[in-house]
Amino acid sequence: MIAFVEPTTSTGIVAYLTIFVLAGFVGIEVISKVPSILHTPLMSGSNAIHGIVLVGALTIMGEAHGPAQLTLGFLAVFLATLNVVGGFVVTDRMLEMFKSKPGERGRAAAAGDTGPAAGRSAAAGTDTGAAGGGEAGTGDAA
Amino acid sequence: MMATTFTLADARDLAYLIAIAGFILALKGLSSPRHARQGNLVGAAAAALAIGMTFTLPELRNSGTNLVLAIIAMIFGAVIAVPVARFVKMTAMPQLVAIFNGVGGGAAALIAIVELLHLHFLGLQPAVYVTAEVLLGVLIGSVSFSGSAIAFVKLQELITGRPITYPGQQVINGLVGIVIVAMILLALVTGSIAYVWVILVLSLVLGVIFVLPIGGADVPVLISLLNSFTGLAVAASGFVLNSALLIVAGTLVGASGILLTRLMSAAMGRSLPNILFSAFGAVITATGGEEGDAARPVRAGTPDDVGVLLAYARKVVIIPGYGLAVAQAQHTARELAEALKARGVETFFAIHPVAGRMPGHMNVLLAEANVPYDELKEMDEANPEMSTADVALVVGANDTVNPAAKSTPGSPIYGMPIIHADEAENIIFLKRSMRPGFAGIDNDLLYDPKTTMLFGDAKDTLQKLVTAVNDA
Repeated sequence: MIAFVEPTTSTGIVAYLTIFVLAGFVGIEVISKVPSILHTPLMSGSNAIHGIVLVGALTIMGEAHGPAQLTLGFLAVFLATLNVVGGFVVTDRMLEMFKSKPGERGRAAAAGDTGPAAGRSAAAGTDTGAAGGGEAGTGDAA
Repeated sequence: MMATTFTLADARDLAYLIAIAGFILALKGLSSPRHARQGNLVGAAAAALAIGMTFTLPELRNSGTNLVLAIIAMIFGAVIAVPVARFVKMTAMPQLVAIFNGVGGGAAALIAIVELLHLHFLGLQPAVYVTAEVLLGVLIGSVSFSGSAIAFVKLQELITGRPITYPGQQVINGLVGIVIVAMILLALVTGSIAYVWVILVLSLVLGVIFVLPIGGADVPVLISLLNSFTGLAVAASGFVLNSALLIVAGTLVGASGILLTRLMSAAMGRSLPNILFSAFGAVITATGGEEGDAARPVRAGTPDDVGVLLAYARKVVIIPGYGLAVAQAQHTARELAEALKARGVETFFAIHPVAGRMPGHMNVLLAEANVPYDELKEMDEANPEMSTADVALVVGANDTVNPAAKSTPGSPIYGMPIIHADEAENIIFLKRSMRPGFAGIDNDLLYDPKTTMLFGDAKDTLQKLVTAVNDA
């Protein structure tokens, strides 16, 4: 996967360019119809997806030699982790608010202010759990 | 080596493939309200799988110190990112997305640089296309990094949200761009590694000077564009590392980000070049300014009067804007809507696509305050109802109801779709002052004979209105 392709051949680059072009079309196709209400969460969610650059940062960290490469690699891993972890957590927090059904809300509102508030903090609890789970998974693999 | 056995490397590549599928499903899910949250969780799971499997790389697994350093960097990142992402106020969400986006771009640029240093360390002269990939990754990643940083300080109001302009700005920006292109060509021809540092610095500068002339109201569209840039920088670093995962994930974000940016600028009725290069809102139109405001009469009302007006209305439309978000008044706005409905007043919220500071931002805030979906009407749905509304209650919004957008061809916001608050029988503005909105344009509606101003903090005023409605 990360092996350096023999510099004198250019077959590898064309294969990757093919992937690039196809992925570009998929990217446009897949979000062709988004209601404006979801523009912000979608921006935030796709921001989290490019946080996968952490895989690249870890890859170069594996092969880094000497203080310059190690320092820059360390910084890359740190920044990429901020991107991927922060991105998914903040998107989840935004989307958490879209969750409850109007019907449930009506009843909760009628029951008084504490109802919806309690429901929301419970949901927030679950959330932290999910984010923690993702981190734990990463840790296990390490 | 042994082509017939399923190796750990195959397992890793397979995990990366699953992650790619996960990301596509995540984007698909994120574009529909029903599946958005699951979509995001699928994306997070895909990322966790791919990151976890990366630790099976023999180079990383057996690298000793490097592995320890990588894990320390990840722990640092996670320990900072989780609390920040969880506890920052919802109003600060746009700048938070900007910062998380910027660091991703920075990481992509650093990866490209480290790989180049590594190849030189091994004594390999990289092929021209590898150098090109590296330099593109550095250029796009750095622009995204420094551009996002400036977007952050603008939204955080550490510097003015107004466009920062100086004579010859576009010429200077263009020159910096040309110098960077020249440096890239030189680097490709000479194969010298020194140019990468020059390109890094110039790209960081370009990110800053590119963002300075973009006004605060347009920064959300800019963040979407920079998000797309980071995606492309990640794709470039994917090319450098021959990683299909990074190429696909980066390109998905790059392509969908461009489309999303266009959708956002369309929602503002403007073209993308206009947003990026016109220094929108730098000049307050001739009728604006403090003196002009002081000379024109406005009618200021009291919460008690307005409360009675609301309580005996048949139909009230609440039009929230960024001021509501700043005052953290979304819960009080919901209370007012409930108090009105309890009296049998037909009440709903009319949401402009770019109300707040990002498209959809206002929906998020009001959903947080438990306002039911069916009371949130999009602009196109709300506008036909405006002419039959007794009261349009504008809470901390300004540009999104400015009739200049449909009546004054010379106005900078001419052509932007607005909520037709001017068609309602009475218009109530909750504002802190007569200052113009984000776009820096005076609003004639404030001086309309049908308009009553309620000055003060939106949350206080709304609270008084709730009391007044209940007492009426």
